[in-house]
Amino acid sequence: MSAPAMPLVPAPGSADTLATAKPASLWRDTLSSILRQRSAIVGLVILGTLVFVSVFAPLLAPFDPGTSLLGVEDGVLKRSAPCIHLLGCPETQPQHILGTDGNFRDVLSRVMYGGRISLSIGFAAVGFALIVGTMIGATAGYVGGALDNVLMRLMDVVLAFPSLLLAIAIIVALGEPSYFNALLAISIVSIPVYARIVRSSVLSARENDYVTASRALGESSRGILVRRIMPNAITPLVVQGTLGIGGAVLEIAALAFVGVAPIGEAEWGSMIAIERNQLFNAPHVILAPGIVITLAVLGFNLLGDGLRDALDPRLNR
Amino acid sequence: MTRFLFRRLIVTIPVLFGIVFIVFALARVIPGDPCRAVLGERATDAVCDAFIHRYGLDQPIPVQFVSYLGQLASGDLGDSIKHSRPVTTLLIERLPTTIELTFWAMTFAIAVGIPLGLVSGYRRNSPIDVGTMVFANLGVSVPVFVLGLLLAFLFALVFKDTPLALPPSGRLSSGVDVVPLAEVWGLQGLGGPPRAILDFASGIYTFSALITGQWGPLADAARHLILPAVALGTIPLAIIARITRSSLLEVLGLDYVRTARAKGLRERVVVLRHATRNALLPVVTVVGLQLGALLSGAVLTETVFNLAGVGRTMFEAITGRDYVVIQGFTLLIAVFYVVVNLAVDLSYGFLDPRVRAR
Repeated sequence: MSAPAMPLVPAPGSADTLATAKPASLWRDTLSSILRQRSAIVGLVILGTLVFVSVFAPLLAPFDPGTSLLGVEDGVLKRSAPCIHLLGCPETQPQHILGTDGNFRDVLSRVMYGGRISLSIGFAAVGFALIVGTMIGATAGYVGGALDNVLMRLMDVVLAFPSLLLAIAIIVALGEPSYFNALLAISIVSIPVYARIVRSSVLSARENDYVTASRALGESSRGILVRRIMPNAITPLVVQGTLGIGGAVLEIAALAFVGVAPIGEAEWGSMIAIERNQLFNAPHVILAPGIVITLAVLGFNLLGDGLRDALDPRLNR
Repeated sequence: MTRFLFRRLIVTIPVLFGIVFIVFALARVIPGDPCRAVLGERATDAVCDAFIHRYGLDQPIPVQFVSYLGQLASGDLGDSIKHSRPVTTLLIERLPTTIELTFWAMTFAIAVGIPLGLVSGYRRNSPIDVGTMVFANLGVSVPVFVLGLLLAFLFALVFKDTPLALPPSGRLSSGVDVVPLAEVWGLQGLGGPPRAILDFASGIYTFSALITGQWGPLADAARHLILPAVALGTIPLAIIARITRSSLLEVLGLDYVRTARAKGLRERVVVLRHATRNALLPVVTVVGLQLGALLSGAVLTETVFNLAGVGRTMFEAITGRDYVVIQGFTLLIAVFYVVVNLAVDLSYGFLDPRVRAR
């Protein structure tokens, strides 16, 4: 308690240190606290690599993911184990870093292309669920009363089903299995999570004095909701959304695995689905996409956890 | 407490009604002709008309809904279109598989997850803690079916012909049977609901073999359960370990723990008796939530390990447009969810007196 108090006005001599210090900015603060989280960095590196490989798959992949190499490449074997010449694989056998699958296709190329479908569905599904969930949650929380009750009970009903079974039912109800239907199903199933987050943020922010002040100043309800209340919900939404993309990637793979997503495309889950019975003969055709799915989900989980730790002001650092 | 219970029950009713309605609507919306899905593409129109009429599918939808509600009220879930047997019979046959699987998966998750979480929370940043957290992160990220296939590969192929070898599919080895309870106890003549309950219990092999002392079949059933239960239990295990850890960390920083230490209690007593008890409170919620989520995983686990359980049956019913089975099973699952949530809320009342007081 006896420590000398900091002068409120800096002494003239120290003025230049103040002048050279970078001005604090919200975004720079956020970024630097995210980068202080080890798990966020690991997650970012994993995801960055996966996204990079998916985007540049046409340039990076050694083969076309959909073409059977039978008759195209000399000596290609069905479901051949990984063959890397540098590691002592005989030069007579064509090089396939992750081997080939049951249709004489290059597994590495398929895994590289697979990220395009899984990751883009993951992003799109969460984006859609975020938008719809936010609208439902904001309306329920801000309007309150009977509407709140009806909307939230509806969300409870959706939550009462196991998500995978509900997603399967929605896809079947929508007709043919397609990636768009899978996207929609995954989205619908995850709407309640976002609706609940937004509703609770709105409820807790609604009574703040600055909201009352805005209302007294004549700001419209929409303006208050969008400009004054919603910013409070952004942090939990970003965290949940990041974790949600990982969940969506798992869900797409699971849907493909049980056979309600298109089969045969270069997509991680369906790669496992079609080769499922070859587990004992050619484990690499299952392990390769399996490991990549795990990595992708791990990346989103680590990033989400890191974001939560970095953005939550209650956690003292 | 009674008021708390009562209010919780009242809120449950509209949710249950909504579930019944959605289940009914979803089953009707599924496109495709149920008749030809069941009887084959070449069924004639006359045959199909008779089929549609028999299952009441030619009635207006609202009429179908009301008669469905009436049916439900009398405890009848209808007859499966595809299996032409009552859904309740199908349930008695398939549900035990799933109950047994989820029970052992959850037991595994709790028995391993809580101690792991406690140790890593107490020895924060130790190698055990770091190892546990890496494992927990991987555990929640690996898809259930990939883990299942990986385990099957390891224990059925790599460890083949070693003591570690485990069967990768089914519930019992061929030639091994668990004698049903009705037979063991000489109650074959029994009928009606008591018999149904008995048959249901017989289907839970590890349970029925244990209470009737059929040690050989018990060991065989247990061996078949290990891989699916571990595959299904890994995600809840990882989540439970994480929650236990962070919850213990939070509790260890509280004043009453310092008081306990200050009055000279042994460290073991402080941690196990004082801190752990409160730290486990949030774990109860998570266990409840995960119990519900396990059913999604059960669909995948049952597919990987060839088990004819609820998840697999549901999946086949959805893709085969067996409305009646979809309705019956979904209803059961959703009710199970609601009941688990209710139980979690109530257990809070028991575990935390502050909740009861409100």
